[in-house]
Amino acid sequence: MSEPVLAVENLSIAFASGRTTRRAVHDLSFAVDRGETLAIVGESGCGKSITALSLLGLVPPPGRIDGGRVRLEGRDLAALSEAELRKVRGARIAMIFQEPMTALNPVLTIGEQIMEAILEHERVGRAAARDRAIALLERVHIPDARRRFSDFPHRLSGGMRQRVMIAMALALSPAVLVADEPTTALDVTIQAQILDLMDELKRESGTAVVLITHDLGVVAQHADRVLVMYAGRKVEERATADLFARPLHPYTRGLIAARPRLGSGRFGRQRLVEIPGTVPSLSGRPSGCAFAPRCALAEVACTVAVPPLVAAGGGSVACLRSGDVHVPEHRREALDA
Amino acid sequence: MALLDFASPPVSSQAAAAPRDTLLRRLLRRPSAVVGLIFFALIIAMAASADIVYPDDPLDMVAQPFLWPGQDAAYPLGTDMLGRDIASGIFHGARVSLLIGAVATLVSLVIGVTTGAVSGYYGGRLDAGLMRVTELFQTVPPFLFALAIVAILQPSIPTITFAIGITAWPSLARLVRAEVLKLRHGEMVAASIALGASDGRIILLHILPNTLAPVIVSASILVASAILTESSLAFLGLGDPNVVSWGGMVGAGREVLRTDWYVATLPGLAIVAAVLALNLLGDGLNDALNPKGARR
Repeated sequence: MSEPVLAVENLSIAFASGRTTRRAVHDLSFAVDRGETLAIVGESGCGKSITALSLLGLVPPPGRIDGGRVRLEGRDLAALSEAELRKVRGARIAMIFQEPMTALNPVLTIGEQIMEAILEHERVGRAAARDRAIALLERVHIPDARRRFSDFPHRLSGGMRQRVMIAMALALSPAVLVADEPTTALDVTIQAQILDLMDELKRESGTAVVLITHDLGVVAQHADRVLVMYAGRKVEERATADLFARPLHPYTRGLIAARPRLGSGRFGRQRLVEIPGTVPSLSGRPSGCAFAPRCALAEVACTVAVPPLVAAGGGSVACLRSGDVHVPEHRREALDA
Repeated sequence: MALLDFASPPVSSQAAAAPRDTLLRRLLRRPSAVVGLIFFALIIAMAASADIVYPDDPLDMVAQPFLWPGQDAAYPLGTDMLGRDIASGIFHGARVSLLIGAVATLVSLVIGVTTGAVSGYYGGRLDAGLMRVTELFQTVPPFLFALAIVAILQPSIPTITFAIGITAWPSLARLVRAEVLKLRHGEMVAASIALGASDGRIILLHILPNTLAPVIVSASILVASAILTESSLAFLGLGDPNVVSWGGMVGAGREVLRTDWYVATLPGLAIVAAVLALNLLGDGLNDALNPKGARR
């Protein structure tokens, strides 16, 4: 098998505050192939977004990568100078953000902004860049692209703006597209359109997608593989279908069980199942499995050492009790639905 | 609206069919801005036509002293105690005021915007250092500072301009820095960095244009205050002695304020008109430059 476009190897990210250093991401490894969508899921504060930023070499100070590396198309990003990184960003790896409302420059037309994304990296004339920008607007299905070219962002709806962001991100056909909660700020019907558009563009261009999300519905429909993070560590990584059919880590099961659904329960409604407690803060992480304090299956061994990742169910899981997984009958029904 | 997002020809064609909304058009919708614009245009016209309307040196004695306005049709605004034509002085004075106001503001803009942008964007020690320098300038009252510089360098148009420009930038630097700080850690800059934009490009293309509205507004007010400062300096006798200036005319006229008040009042009114016009214009620009405030 050829080398994956993006490979993260034993990545650790630490934040220094005063004399203490706190790890936000521990020993994280994953790889994404051409044309593949890897979803990274987890609750707020589990290290998803900082991982996404690290893929572009953008860990904000005082954070820094203090172990492992990110290899993009075989190149170690840490070995690149700031100028070389700038050439990679946007051209080989691009990112789209959660908030299309604030990520666009309000004083430039959307067309100019897409042109800038092209001109930043390529020596082409303005006329050529303009034509490409219009083609990109058409490619992300913005109707009447030629006219829309000279519209300012405030004249576009949220969904349209996210399309523009995607057009900018794809302007130079990057090998990897990192999408950090790309649909969280949009309403449901637009979410589906944006995600379908990303799937379509991925199929056309073979771009690898890293999709950061907390929405398992999105994961089920759009990801090939899922990486579940908890408190800065990978706790489970599986093919999407396998993960939903038989989640191994108690945290994954909790996430899946906590999804709202229609028409289940006796009166067509039921109380949402929640995972008790919250993600431990960076300073207060327990020894052993970080999830143990919230886990119904936890035993003494769980609190002694961090459980290692082991191969399981066609992927990997970091849980001592994953062999004892028992999904109650009434929940399994719900999970299969 | 959400459902219409995917393909909605009516919405898009309607938006595209709206007339081009230029800055001038937006400015002209505001009555106070129109008044400011008219006054400002008049002053510019006076400055531009001074050599044509009054080809002679305004410092020449041309008629008998203390001709009241309207007394002699050849000198509609009268003459001062030395028999100099006041109308000619006001026309030529407009040139000096505008020139010094514009150039001094330009000097302030270059220093202030650069300092503020660099300070706000890079932060850290550079920011701390630049802000200390800014504060150093702010601790000295700008007018006294300008006065001292002009007194040391000898009054001439270049030294007066320099003195006003070098003392007026700190507030601008702080304003720009605050605006840049607001944008620096926002998603717009993050998105540009993620697209591989360089610092210079981000500052020039994404950050500064978004701080333009407050900068233009304060620039118009800076021009007004530069005109005031120049007038004050001239009033105190620190104007360029070889050119006529509104402040100098007021200064000269104050000696005869009780008997012939028009000598000081008429150039004073010119100062008021210029400062007022620039302030109104600044206000109008403030509204017109805000893209979200646009009617359509």
